[in-house]
Amino acid sequence: MGKTTTAASLAMGLAQKGKRTVVIDFDVGLRNLDLIMGCERRVVYDFINVINNEANLGQALIRDKRCDLLYVLPASQTRDKDALTKEGVARVLEELAASYDFVICDSPAGIEHGATMAMYFADDAVVVTNPEVSSVRDSDRMLGILSSRSRRAELSEEPIREFLLLTRYDAGRVQNGEMLSVDDVQEILALKLLGIIPESKAVLTASNSGTPVILDRESDAGQAYSDMVARYLGDEVPHRFLHAEKKGFLSRLFGG
Amino acid sequence: MGLLDYFRATQPPGSATVAKERLQILVAHDRAAARGCPSYLPQLQTEILAVIRKYIDVDMNSVTVNYEQGESHEVLELNIILPDSPSSR
Ligand SMILES: Nc1ncnc2c1ncn2[C@@H]1O[C@H](COP(=O)(O)OP(=O)(O)OP(=O)(O)O)[C@@H](O)[C@H]1O
Ligand SMILES: [Mg+2]
Repeated sequence: MGKTTTAASLAMGLAQKGKRTVVIDFDVGLRNLDLIMGCERRVVYDFINVINNEANLGQALIRDKRCDLLYVLPASQTRDKDALTKEGVARVLEELAASYDFVICDSPAGIEHGATMAMYFADDAVVVTNPEVSSVRDSDRMLGILSSRSRRAELSEEPIREFLLLTRYDAGRVQNGEMLSVDDVQEILALKLLGIIPESKAVLTASNSGTPVILDRESDAGQAYSDMVARYLGDEVPHRFLHAEKKGFLSRLFGG
Repeated sequence: MGLLDYFRATQPPGSATVAKERLQILVAHDRAAARGCPSYLPQLQTEILAVIRKYIDVDMNSVTVNYEQGESHEVLELNIILPDSPSSR
């Protein structure tokens, strides 16, 4: 959980740092990204229309109202997942790569066709994981797929750069031994840690209004996503939100 | 819980410990399956660990089971790290 939230904030963060960025929704049939980005009422054409040559990229891309350098390519709500053909996806990505600095692909859940298409052409992969048994396990399987079934793997090119983003992290529960810690997860996945996003009320508030949470600069999750973008671009930024606020002796005693 | 417990440094292992152990087994299983290793290896590792734990206090990380397939032979390698001063339970 948290892939679309992350794709939206990463794309917005990169665009705000001056990078020409497109974020693409690969979740054909569900179409969530435009809701998180707040552009759902401006969708005319979608990714599948472009793949099928029913519209060109210029017609389908939606320019973000808050940031000039950011564009959204929405998914189709009505089509079948099989409409995402490898050739079609390759052609669209190639065209985008020619004029954008970053193309962010928001993968659907699981390891089915949509997810495979989202990762196949990747140069970098951000594995979004929750501190939960099922989520870490799925991430490990996805890493296996990235290293064996991506285009780079099939052509024996340099492997995809893999990063970990741990989200919905509750430092208090980790401290109480109720939740897997960053170290526990890293012991298994052993990836470069791009960020830890705390479990945060701000995420729902942001999605209610169609604003990527990174724009909520007061919020813990917004700040954690800003740090993540900086790290992705190569800055050394220490990790925050790793520890719960310390409770005083009395509040500990009375369970406050 | 007694008042004294609030001053103790050590806490009883929470559910995260269980989660981590389950994960390590699951992941070992998945990875072995992806490499085409015999699927009993993770189970073997769990059971060996259980037996050792009857006598010595070791954790999941102290036991590794490796499987390698050569051209004409297979190697099953078992590595157990015992604590410095084995304490019997
Ligand atoms: N850091 C967070 N704190 C609290 N809630 C969060 C956080 N991140 C995500 N969520 C919530 O989790 C839910 C799923 O988030 P999101 O849509 O980003 O996940 P997803 O991985 O894209 O899901 P899907 O697999 O369905 O595409 C949403 O309700 C979102 O508000
Ligand atoms: Mg999603």
